[in-house]
Amino acid sequence: MAERTVQVEIKRQAAPDKPAVWEKYELAWRPGLNITSVLMDIAMNPVTKDGKQTTAVAYDSNCLEEVCGSCSMVINGKARMACSALVDKLEQPIKIQPLTKFPIVRDLQVDRSVLFENLKAVQAWVPLDGTYDLGAGPRQLPQLQEERYPLSRCISCCICMEVCPQFNDETGFVGAATIAQAKLFNEDPLGKVLKEERLRALAGDGGVQECGFAQNCVQACPKQLPLTQAISDMERDVMVQQLKDFFTN
Amino acid sequence: MAAAPKIIVVGGGLAGLAAVIKIAEAGGTVDLFSVVPVKRSHSVCAQGGINAAKNLKGEGDTTAKHFDDTIYGGDFLANQTPVKAMCEAGPAIIDLLDRMGVPFNRTPEGLLDFRRFGGTLYHRTAFAGATTGQQLLYALDEQVRRYESEGKVKKYEGWEFLSAVIDNQGVCRGITAMDLRSMEVRAFAADAIILATGGNGAIFGKSTNSVVCTGSANSAIYQQGAYYANGEFIQVHPTCIPGEDKLRLMSESARGEGGRVWVPRELNDKRDPTTIPESDRWYFLEEWYPKYGNLVPRDVATRAIHKVVYEHHLGIDGQPMVYLDLTHIDRATLDRKLEGILEIYEKFVGDDPRVTPMKIFPGMHYTMGGLWVDFNQMTNIPGVFAAGEAEYQYHGANRLGANSLLSCIHGGFISGPNAIRYAKSLPAVEGDGGAAAEVARQNELNRRLLSATGTENPFRIWRELGELMTKNVTVIRYNNNLMDTDQQIQKLQERYWNINLSDKSQWANTSFAFARQLGNMLQLARVITLGALMRDESRGAHYKPDFPDRNDEKFLKTTKAKFAGEQAAPQFEYEDVDTQFITPRPRRYDAAA
Repeated sequence: MAERTVQVEIKRQAAPDKPAVWEKYELAWRPGLNITSVLMDIAMNPVTKDGKQTTAVAYDSNCLEEVCGSCSMVINGKARMACSALVDKLEQPIKIQPLTKFPIVRDLQVDRSVLFENLKAVQAWVPLDGTYDLGAGPRQLPQLQEERYPLSRCISCCICMEVCPQFNDETGFVGAATIAQAKLFNEDPLGKVLKEERLRALAGDGGVQECGFAQNCVQACPKQLPLTQAISDMERDVMVQQLKDFFTN
Repeated sequence: MAAAPKIIVVGGGLAGLAAVIKIAEAGGTVDLFSVVPVKRSHSVCAQGGINAAKNLKGEGDTTAKHFDDTIYGGDFLANQTPVKAMCEAGPAIIDLLDRMGVPFNRTPEGLLDFRRFGGTLYHRTAFAGATTGQQLLYALDEQVRRYESEGKVKKYEGWEFLSAVIDNQGVCRGITAMDLRSMEVRAFAADAIILATGGNGAIFGKSTNSVVCTGSANSAIYQQGAYYANGEFIQVHPTCIPGEDKLRLMSESARGEGGRVWVPRELNDKRDPTTIPESDRWYFLEEWYPKYGNLVPRDVATRAIHKVVYEHHLGIDGQPMVYLDLTHIDRATLDRKLEGILEIYEKFVGDDPRVTPMKIFPGMHYTMGGLWVDFNQMTNIPGVFAAGEAEYQYHGANRLGANSLLSCIHGGFISGPNAIRYAKSLPAVEGDGGAAAEVARQNELNRRLLSATGTENPFRIWRELGELMTKNVTVIRYNNNLMDTDQQIQKLQERYWNINLSDKSQWANTSFAFARQLGNMLQLARVITLGALMRDESRGAHYKPDFPDRNDEKFLKTTKAKFAGEQAAPQFEYEDVDTQFITPRPRRYDAAA
């Protein structure tokens, strides 16, 4: 083994119906290592610390620069992106396990499709007339762009849901990311045509009212989205909508 | 022919999603296949912007000038008819994206803001901070999700394309794909398919590309008889952050907003860069290219950095790197226009580029080459279309920055309706169109890999391939090195069949899926390498010191590679380039005029 090493422990699980086991690895240190390169090193030489042959670790990754949102996992107890988790800034042994609130697929891979389903429920899109040439869109002041842009940087990593005490089967809470996307489209000059429908979708069980303002989401979000601000704005708008609906029906 | 054509789109980046939207809008139904959830596709990595001659800055920009810049930037290798159409479509595409809710940066009057990019003298690049690709991909993803919720699109995320199903007339009737969880291989019928499967950075080991950009699908269809065109044209981006696992892109928009490239005049200058006086800094791009300065096209900037580092023996503290300096620009402007990329540098390097110059070096970024397609985006296999980086036709010998997002969306928009038009006149399939036989062929390949009991690890073979390709088939190319590289690739191919997968299981087996991709990467590596060997000239990104000039007489031609067997070298043909609008002229960015 090289002079300087990296000690890693990974929670492995071959399939959803198989037991989970922790495996230990000892790897040669290099400058600039991140967790995705550690996982690649293991794939190149799948041997545990005690010399046992093992398999490459299954994990999701793609862009490796914290834009695609693939590689979220729990590293030393903290939900974060593996690509931007630098080994030299982590305490060893580095303990890596999958996100805990999503169905496990294998090893560090989980199924996060629930977020994409939630985005359908709040119609997080602009309902275009069509893609043919209809000329320029409406003018927008830079202030509006500056308000919408940070929300549009959500990478769907689901970390805000992982760390939220309210995100569980009991509440059915949609989670911060979905609420933020609903706000993003409610603020769009054209997207706001569906504003009332989005607010109704976020009313009631599992909606914006489930938020307990633990503020974990805003602290854990790797892209620093203003999530609690979005939730409280949407909570207010949902309430106003409910009142309106009450008095008009 | 059924009333509603059934189209399969493979790949959910900008090109694939653009095609899906057009098909769904026209009443067709789509099965959309992607290795990753489409919102995580590599298009998210595009940073700087998207070009269109909207002329909102009073500069007199026109689509004709955009067309000329693109053809000249591509060193006249691109067929001019499709490029002209793309540049003319640009302004309406920007308007559409704006209507979709893309948070483009704005001027005080509320109009779209535009910035400068390489290879042009106009402000032609619309942008959303420095995460434009992400914002564009999300906009298209949202529209596709809307069609999905209406039942017009069915997504197969986590499925990998393996091959086309081709009937005994040579006509495509669908695809085979593998579920990356159950590892099951299945055939899916379609009247036409569109491959929007992106680039091939993984062939070079480390690149700016995402993990999924292996070129595997493109190689698979090439091995089924599709021509692969201009494979030797590989763009090396001048400004990347060298890393352990990848080369992270530092967008051209940094220079578009005024960033300057320089190197200390002394090799072992150990001073903090902010304390090095102007007189001890060499702004070599500004000196060599006074008209375009730091915004010369990428191939030109990359060769200049190579020259400074390897011929003038300069660098940063002895390391092969140069500075990209933004520290003279005020913090508020940087945050408003470039925050996304500054954040990447801060997170992965640990320095704040607002305060200290960034250390950068060129890295493999983009393939101009790709599947050969006609002007309708169809390959030579009837029913197989291609769009986006997967095909070859918009960028010639070098792509201009911010033209890729445009070519992806435009190519998708052209391919979708053309696939429907083609499907409507397609004769009915006989029997299963060859689906069962193709599934059997794929299962046999899988069995061969899983039962191999050799000694080789696929990830290690891949690393060796990447080092070889990066060394010999990127910025500077010599024929003897190219010949040697081809020999080495063949040795890697032999070792490939002496593989031993650490994991032989049938559930979410990532090593197995990777091994399949690797086989395809090795075939495509030969196409790139031998294409470069055959082209004895220098044009755009393809540079041979032994043949330093462009040779229009012999090589103003599209390279077309044809698969000739698992162990055989590809066969090459050459096709004349459509130059009917702009007569080729010398490409001289150093000229003062």
